[in-house]
Amino acid sequence: MYHYDEIDQRIVNERVRQFRDQTRRHLAGALSADDFRPLRLQNGLYLQRHAPMLRVAIPYGLLSSRQLRRLAGIARRYDRGYAHFSTRQNVQFNWPELAAVPEILAELAEVQMHAIQTSGNCVRNVTTDHFAGIAPDEIVDSFVCCEIVRQWSTLHPEFAHLPRKFKIAITGAALDRAATFVHDIGLQAVRADDGAVGFRVIVGGGLGRTPIVGHVIREFLPWRDLLTYLDAILRVYNRHGRRDNKYKARIKILVKERTPEKFAQEVEAEWAHLRGGPATLTDAEVERIGSRFTRPAYLRLPADDAALAAAVAAEPPFAAWVRRNVHAHKVPGYAAVSISLKKTGVPPGDVTAGQMDAIAGLADRYSFGELRVSHEQNLILADVRRRDLHGLWLALRPLGLATPNIGLLSNIIACPGGDFCALANAKSIPVAEAIQARFDDLDYLHDIGELDLNISGCMNSCGHHHVGHIGILGVDKNGEEWYQITIGGHQGATRDGAQAAIGKVIGPSFARAEIPDVVERLVDCYLAHRDSEHERFVDTVGRIGVEPFKRAAYGPRAHDAASPRRAGMEAVAAARLAGPRANSGVPGIEVVQ
Amino acid sequence: MSALIRERRVIADRWVFAGTSAELPAQGDVLVPLALWSAERDGLALRPGRIGVLLGPADDPAALVHDLPQLALVAVDFPQATDGRGYSTARLLRERYGYTGELRAVGDVGRDQLFNLARVGFDAFALRDGEDVAGALAAFADFSEAYQASVERPQPLFRRRTNGASSAIAARNRRSSLAALPHEFNFRRPDPIG
Repeated sequence: MYHYDEIDQRIVNERVRQFRDQTRRHLAGALSADDFRPLRLQNGLYLQRHAPMLRVAIPYGLLSSRQLRRLAGIARRYDRGYAHFSTRQNVQFNWPELAAVPEILAELAEVQMHAIQTSGNCVRNVTTDHFAGIAPDEIVDSFVCCEIVRQWSTLHPEFAHLPRKFKIAITGAALDRAATFVHDIGLQAVRADDGAVGFRVIVGGGLGRTPIVGHVIREFLPWRDLLTYLDAILRVYNRHGRRDNKYKARIKILVKERTPEKFAQEVEAEWAHLRGGPATLTDAEVERIGSRFTRPAYLRLPADDAALAAAVAAEPPFAAWVRRNVHAHKVPGYAAVSISLKKTGVPPGDVTAGQMDAIAGLADRYSFGELRVSHEQNLILADVRRRDLHGLWLALRPLGLATPNIGLLSNIIACPGGDFCALANAKSIPVAEAIQARFDDLDYLHDIGELDLNISGCMNSCGHHHVGHIGILGVDKNGEEWYQITIGGHQGATRDGAQAAIGKVIGPSFARAEIPDVVERLVDCYLAHRDSEHERFVDTVGRIGVEPFKRAAYGPRAHDAASPRRAGMEAVAAARLAGPRANSGVPGIEVVQ
Repeated sequence: MSALIRERRVIADRWVFAGTSAELPAQGDVLVPLALWSAERDGLALRPGRIGVLLGPADDPAALVHDLPQLALVAVDFPQATDGRGYSTARLLRERYGYTGELRAVGDVGRDQLFNLARVGFDAFALRDGEDVAGALAAFADFSEAYQASVERPQPLFRRRTNGASSAIAARNRRSSLAALPHEFNFRRPDPIG
């Protein structure tokens, strides 16, 4: 966990004071709605369908138990008792009052948190690998790089009014778990043949309306030059990015229009002036930042634990959870644990205040008081002793937080969608729920294996549907909600070595009620064609192409409706889909339509 | 009537804007757009009174590189506060092209922009109509520190802070194996196994 020094704290406190004054002037009529808009967005405050939405930064997804308890308190006092973890490793409150937001920010500042640049046309929260610092395949600890970039981007005077939002992702490991090819800038730590550390720089990737896989514009950037090079990229973008059309304003459009080669030349020309300048990183600064991170005081433990092995052998549900939700750790005797926020019937990424408090307690007891938020909208306890796994699982089960579905189809990424978001064309959460309800048989899910299913309620793509192995996009057709399906998208390497790919649309869109059927037909097609259990859905799509899946999806619709399981599930799905959702899945929370 | 702030004080604006040569006053200080300056540079330089050039958001300040010593004012237009190109323009003028004269932000300039505008090198601000001047003057103190290198603070915070509060950390760092950098350098946090 990074710990603020006096200056870090002062800057956050001064931002609270500044925003309090801006809000006061707005409420007093001295600052118009139009003038207030960019100011509040720079502080994560949207005016949404029902109420303001406040997005709070969780820098690079790293969170302490104390901070999580504070979020729970805010959810109780200012919201409706729950919060939503987003795909940008942030947390969102959907129901605060505008006048209360400065108070919320002040409470956050007390625990070294803020909402700075969580929205608006500026550099957003930098994201990274949720296994940073613990992954066996790590090259550098990306948390340290991320904090350096956080400080560089925080209130950067030159880049507060970019043509459009700007998202940076950093991975420090060999396997890219940070989706660096679909960010405005992706940075991959690399080690040169002579051992020197640097970054591969990828620019111009992104999802949204025009999904593009990014381009490598520099294979090796020495680490000392990180900030001057970022300044160069941002300056070229700030000066030349399109501002005439917000849908063509992201850096990916500039890179495409210029061509990646020409864009890289412009960056290099700008960098020639900045290189070696005052923003060049120093050994002392990197060590200073590194030394402000607390690190778990690991014990020397045996790599294997006999009691764990026995519990896995004796309890199949525990074994299933270990198989899906427990991840490798570079320190012997430790493991990382995913707490799934994807229980069927709960909107993906939502947690109640009670759950947050309970998770904070588990983090204190089992994982040095720290957590991470994954871009898949789950929480991670990164440093759990293997001998404690069974006890942790027993504690998570009654909280509804032990769903063994990480990497599986029901671990759905979804944006808040039309239930909450003013931009959405269609609802996301009921679709996720209907699919989870259809695929509720754990043995079947495990047999299907790794499958990323992502849902976005509109083409802004907050649910990252383009990189879902199966992607679902809500579209508006004459005022009705329809859903377009893509397959074959992915982030992170696939069997054929591709780093990332945008999914291909399989054809005309479907009505909401058809979606569980369509997903099931796609899955059946995969199961019929896979060469072995080791070939994942996305690898099969890569090998045999989209056509067989297309035929399966649009083939004869007279499926086996007589199957009791399917008929039962359809009744459930139909009931869920009929009319307004009465229950959000969060105890005590009614969703207002 | 909009107010002009220069060097953190409200002052009277003696500059007259002339969009075309027909609008040029016989004498006195005049501000002209880049296009007019480029077309009539020689004639403008001969007239009595000082010359300033107004850059639009898309204008390249490199066009003025050789003219800057002749100019008493460069103004940068912000048609909307959210058009951030002028921030880069200002830094280029100050940091790359060595401009030391008055650099004025004009257009949609309100108190909430002043802190950042000052950081990138503006020293004069023509506030938009109706802006609260007292509030605007207070805005320069919105923040007491900043992380980045900028015109106002040419050294980033990390190069300024090592001499002060972080001396204990700096001392500890000196004890660590800096000689091995950068090849062994790992961005690793301290790893107290044991």
